[in-house]
Amino acid sequence: MENTNLNNQVVNLTKEDFVCDQIVKWCPGCGDHAILKVLQDVFPQLGKRKEDICVVSGIGCSSRFPHYMNTYGFHSIHGRACAIATGVKLANPNLSVWIVSGDGDCTAIGGNHFIHAVRRNMDMNLLLFNNRIYGMTKGQFSPCTFRGTVTKTSPQGTYEDPFNVGELVIGAGGKFFARGVDVNTKELTDICLRAKNHDGMSVIEVLQNCMIFSNGVHENITGKDVRDDMQVKCEHGKPLIFGKERNKGLRLNGNKLEVVTIGENGITEKDILVHDEKEENTGIHMMLAHMMPPAFPVAIGVIRNVEAPTYDDCLTDVIERESAKSNIKTVDDLLNSGTTWDIK
Amino acid sequence: MANKTKVVELEHVVIRFAGDSGDGMQLTGNLFSDSTALAGNDFATFPDYPGEIRPPQGTVSGVSGFQVHFGHKPVHTTGDLCDVLVAMNPASIKANMRWLKPGTTIIFDVDSMNDKALEKAGYTTDPTQDDTLSQYKVVKAPITSMTLEALKDFGWDRKAMLKSKNMFALGIVMYLFNRDITLLNGYFNTKFKNKPDVIKANQTVVAAGYSYADTMEIFANTYRIEPANLAKGKYRDITGNVATAWGLMAAAERSGRQIFCGSYPITPATDILAELVKYKNLKVKAFQAEDEIAGICSSLGASFAGCLAVTTTSGPGLSLKSEALGLAVMTELPLVVVDVQRGGPSTGLPTKSEQSDLMQALYGRNGDAPLIVLAARSSADCFYSAYEAAKLAMEHMTPVILLTEGALGNGSEILRIPRVADLPAIVPPIAKDNEPGYQPYKRDEEKLSRMWAIPGTEGLRHRISGLEKANGSGNLSLDPKNHQLMTELREEKVQRVANFIPEQEIVGDPNADLLVVSWGGTYGVVLSVVEKMLEEGKSVAHAHFRHIMPLPKNTAKVLSGHKKILVCENNNGQFVNYLREKMPDFKYEQFNKIQGLPFLTAELENKFNDLLK
Repeated sequence: MENTNLNNQVVNLTKEDFVCDQIVKWCPGCGDHAILKVLQDVFPQLGKRKEDICVVSGIGCSSRFPHYMNTYGFHSIHGRACAIATGVKLANPNLSVWIVSGDGDCTAIGGNHFIHAVRRNMDMNLLLFNNRIYGMTKGQFSPCTFRGTVTKTSPQGTYEDPFNVGELVIGAGGKFFARGVDVNTKELTDICLRAKNHDGMSVIEVLQNCMIFSNGVHENITGKDVRDDMQVKCEHGKPLIFGKERNKGLRLNGNKLEVVTIGENGITEKDILVHDEKEENTGIHMMLAHMMPPAFPVAIGVIRNVEAPTYDDCLTDVIERESAKSNIKTVDDLLNSGTTWDIK
Repeated sequence: MANKTKVVELEHVVIRFAGDSGDGMQLTGNLFSDSTALAGNDFATFPDYPGEIRPPQGTVSGVSGFQVHFGHKPVHTTGDLCDVLVAMNPASIKANMRWLKPGTTIIFDVDSMNDKALEKAGYTTDPTQDDTLSQYKVVKAPITSMTLEALKDFGWDRKAMLKSKNMFALGIVMYLFNRDITLLNGYFNTKFKNKPDVIKANQTVVAAGYSYADTMEIFANTYRIEPANLAKGKYRDITGNVATAWGLMAAAERSGRQIFCGSYPITPATDILAELVKYKNLKVKAFQAEDEIAGICSSLGASFAGCLAVTTTSGPGLSLKSEALGLAVMTELPLVVVDVQRGGPSTGLPTKSEQSDLMQALYGRNGDAPLIVLAARSSADCFYSAYEAAKLAMEHMTPVILLTEGALGNGSEILRIPRVADLPAIVPPIAKDNEPGYQPYKRDEEKLSRMWAIPGTEGLRHRISGLEKANGSGNLSLDPKNHQLMTELREEKVQRVANFIPEQEIVGDPNADLLVVSWGGTYGVVLSVVEKMLEEGKSVAHAHFRHIMPLPKNTAKVLSGHKKILVCENNNGQFVNYLREKMPDFKYEQFNKIQGLPFLTAELENKFNDLLK
């Protein structure tokens, strides 16, 4: 890939530049492998020097990610990736910061840091690998596990409802939310590039399969037989049409979405809701994020992408403005400011 | 200024201004300390705010105080028992009885006395009429009515006029200490810039208070405190929390690193964050995080990315930061954690001072997780302690916990203004682009520190982690021998800091019968007592520890040769037990005060004399 960096120097990078010498230790068949390849494809296209990219993670299977990416990386502690990454970004806003986290790491122990990083609109990109289970600790339910699921710590099935990551992000004031599937690498690559181009916090929920502890948890969405009927691609400015026959669509009926069939009951393509990722109002984005089988297909792609000031830009601006107008230029100036007196 | 009354020379004085929260006592105290500076005295101040934001008016819990300790001799503390109490209402007397001593002068606004005020203060009878105050010299001044009288031509309403009654009290105090009231003008002019009528009113009321004291001859004598023999230079008044912030900023400037502070509000540490956020003009990056954990984690991220990283907190917050502190130890990144200690455990006594986080600072982490622990000894010293904490953190690539205390943080002292260029150089081990032979955990031979390879640096991409790493390469490693080696290296790295810090000093005879040991904010009061006893020819010495982990190399020598060693601290015996562990060859006595209050000079003196018997 050929890119230019900030100084307009040409940066020629390839996937190999980001492959690390460490042995990748995820289970064979784990969805993480596919996502790793996606990011190794995406990073040469960031327009950044290798040295200006930083990958930050917390704890869990997904959080081993930085060790496998040949960039600067910080594999931190459980749940804290967003907080650590916030410091990295504020310290050096020139860095392209990528956070890799799981559903347990991000929405349970790290839930607070997650919603606040989203709310502040830090210019960072977060991939949330959602396999709806704790993998590394070997199979306990997470805040994203469906009600009733039997796990190591819910032998009678859970009796709590899960978070919907999209609703959580949009509810926290998120400006960019997208959803992808681990094995759909082309689509996921496109989503990551969209995230890169978004100024602000971008959250990508990746429906990721854990072969060992929640194998097939997304099968009703990603299975070969059902995926066309159970996924609707969100593309800005295009009608939300899906289905093997491309004859199903989403229509706004009153204040609810409904699935309709084009050609039935007089419904034409014109009745189908056109996706507007740039709409400030969260209503339809929230409804799209909320959709689940069997009644609805799952929304895939960029669901919400609205512009807003980023925290890091605001901080930089204030610093520039204040330092330009202040007479106090050094700590010596400060020490000698205000009331002082001389002893002779 | 011709005084009809006799003038008595004093070496030092403690004065406490107390009134209802709305009476402007903080301003009065600040004004008085300002004039103290101009009079050339050494001084230290302490604000005593109510814990509540808007406590019930006129009650004991609503009393706001401001204490000034000033003198001709060096002032080491903010003072304990007061020579003069200014009390603007009955509750102010009640709230401060603990701080009075026989002979204390109480200047009381007699106009504030009525049945309702007495009842609110919790008095059943008038304390100025019964024998409650018989040990003290009570000056009953009609402060409220005289203030109204002084301002009658200003055309203000009563409420506006009453705002100046604190100035009448100040005028009386200025008279008592033979101070020229024009010393206050500078402060008035700055504080009330663009409000000439307010300046005029304040000057008028101060003058009225001064004249009242003079013409009514309310004092049998007045006092003069000669200027202190201070080193030449430019001085300013500074609180410990501001000094901490500025010390860190100075370290950032001297090291060429930008400062980043991720913090969460917590009493009594919040003022450091509130101070740092002001200095965007000096490129300070201060970030109010969503919680204590995010505070330290964002700072650690900023440290990785090349900033002088700081997080500020108090005891309960330090507990929350434990896990991330372990990560800082493991990743061997520089980080300064300032713990402004308060009474614990749990929420404890948030507005009171204590020294009870020492064990938490030393050991409060999972695994063998050594780090540097320093303790500031006074408000002004917070500047130098914070500077040193930052220097050690960056040069040795390790987290440092700096312990200060609520009383130091909120209290103020005079600081002789240093030049940043005169402070010790700070040279962090920053790796250059394509640093030859760079490995993430390759160590400096002397310090055992690793290099700081900051994202953006060409050719040095690497990953760090909370997982154990192979020494040198930094690759993840579960090798048993490597873990032992790394554990020992992390410990040894911190121990070797002893080669880079000053030796432990001792005040008095190094072989004195009694060695008094202190650390942190007990410095001033212990030193004052030891100095007094030395003048009396007593065989006593004082060793005050700033460096706790590691201890200075000559610690055993300092502890040797005494009949008794007494460790004084505001906790239940944490430093003394640490010494018992680290320096087991000595026998230690301990003196612990855990009341949220500082030691009083009298109680220390009694204790020291008992041990010398």
